[in-house]
Amino acid sequence: MSAMDAAKRSWPAPSAGRVPLWVYSDPDVYALEQERVFAGPTWNYVGLEVEIPNPGDYRRTFIGEKSVVVTRTKDGAVHCFLNKCTHRGVEFCRTDCGNARNFMCPYHQWVFDLKGNLIGVPFRKGVKGQGGMPEDFDFKDHPARPLKVEVVNGVIFASFDHDVPPFKDYLGESMYHYFTRVFDGRGLRLLGHERQDIPCNWKLMQENIKDPYHASLLHVFLVTFGLFRADQKSEVKLDPSGAHAVLVSRKGEQKAGEGLEEMASFKADYALKDPRLLDPVKEFPDANTVIMQTIFPNLIVQQQSNTLATRQIIPKGPNNFELYWTFFGYENDDEAMVTRRLRQANLMGPAGLVSVDDGEVLEFTQNGARPHPGDLAVMEMGGHDHADTDHMVTEAAIRGFYEHYARVMGFKREGA
Amino acid sequence: MELQFEVERLLYEYVQTLDDGHLERWPVFFTEECTYQVIARDNFDRGLPLALIRCESRDMLHDRVTALQQANVYGPRYLRHLVSNPRVVERHEESVLVQSNFAVLRTMLDEPTKIFLAGRYLDRIVVDSGVLRFSEKRCIYDTLLIPNSVTYPV
Ligand code: FES
Ligand SMILES: [Fe+2]
Repeated sequence: MSAMDAAKRSWPAPSAGRVPLWVYSDPDVYALEQERVFAGPTWNYVGLEVEIPNPGDYRRTFIGEKSVVVTRTKDGAVHCFLNKCTHRGVEFCRTDCGNARNFMCPYHQWVFDLKGNLIGVPFRKGVKGQGGMPEDFDFKDHPARPLKVEVVNGVIFASFDHDVPPFKDYLGESMYHYFTRVFDGRGLRLLGHERQDIPCNWKLMQENIKDPYHASLLHVFLVTFGLFRADQKSEVKLDPSGAHAVLVSRKGEQKAGEGLEEMASFKADYALKDPRLLDPVKEFPDANTVIMQTIFPNLIVQQQSNTLATRQIIPKGPNNFELYWTFFGYENDDEAMVTRRLRQANLMGPAGLVSVDDGEVLEFTQNGARPHPGDLAVMEMGGHDHADTDHMVTEAAIRGFYEHYARVMGFKREGA
Repeated sequence: MELQFEVERLLYEYVQTLDDGHLERWPVFFTEECTYQVIARDNFDRGLPLALIRCESRDMLHDRVTALQQANVYGPRYLRHLVSNPRVVERHEESVLVQSNFAVLRTMLDEPTKIFLAGRYLDRIVVDSGVLRFSEKRCIYDTLLIPNSVTYPV
């Protein structure tokens, strides 16, 4: 079966709340995702402007499996192009970040400028009248493929599809509101990166952050210290397509509330010896303390108390992906705030007191699901639809994701 | 010579304690006021302050242990630390700065043993109540792309 055949697949249920387990492991489905999702009409996160502040600065990253370079040119503009030499396909930029005047492919030394234009081909006219490129070879026809770029309050997005709608329309009014709550135009301060290799399908990561149901059960740390809990004021919101979502919550107390008897993970006597770890200060105008936003297809924006991060999803085959974490604060943070953010970063990342649970459970999910591609997952907590809700006992945002995903992938739904 | 021997013994006992699973004894290797950080090499080289794990006191080390014993969910594993090339790189009145290399091997139930992390320790060591302890320990890892989770101390 090929990727094209994969497109003829049908969704074996009338609802996006029943998800066939083959979406997590089928190599043809995965290949089709590379075309339709990551190289399709989507905006993909490729970094923060603060990572490339000066002309000539660049960073190398990935959209789906494709390597791309993000650059800043002399005029201050941000560009993004494929990190693939148009001669024979070599990945010409091999460092994560740096400053360059142009990029020279190591193989035959073709040179690309900071916009990806081809500007040099050694021996183009031949040597001593021999060889060389044909007369009709034109540099203009062979740039490193340029992507469309949009910079939104310091966050860089790129798309292979030059007809993709503007980012604001892509996200929808309400999701754009949440996005610009964190990215409100203030200068950002880069704190550092963490990289995590998680042995499961990339979609499980999107699901995980769209799933408030688990957060109240799996994470002892969140539940016990009231950082995210089903008995707190909370909301799940989606854009109309279902593609993007936010989970919104407010910090509560470390005390018993309704529903707590079902949360085996609540530990009333659990205390920190050094409480500085959890010393959040209010920094946004509203009362929300947690906002986790998922943006289709490759971005999670994390705000848990004062720890802010983007998490970029980089698929590495059907059974594996990289989660690339970028922790940041604001330019005008004082030293106390920087320290607070660095401390609270203990909750997140590959050693996070909260997120370790997720990485591990996602690995268990892949191991459990992979041998059973013909079975269905049941994601019907809170009903069948993907409407906004004002509680956490729902899988609506996951249903929204698969509603959108099945449409993008061209899967026909049985019985619909 | 004497110092080299004492430093090596501290390092070896530290990793042996971790590998034997005596996590409650991990904080004992540190002074009460201490810092422990696990830092990605690229962040360290670029002067970015983020750490994968950042403990600012012995109490915070205890909190880590409590979390990994009582709060976190993760698959069972064995870890084994190898330490080599310990060298005193700075001598001060009250402390020495020691650099050594480490490798951590990880054995999961259904996988052959793999190298999990490689890097170096940068340790500030002091005499505290008659024994050597770490007043600062930085674990700077080369393995930028971490195989899923760092559950136990490095
Ligand atoms: S492959 Fe790049 S110059 Fe030949
Ligand atoms: Fe989680």
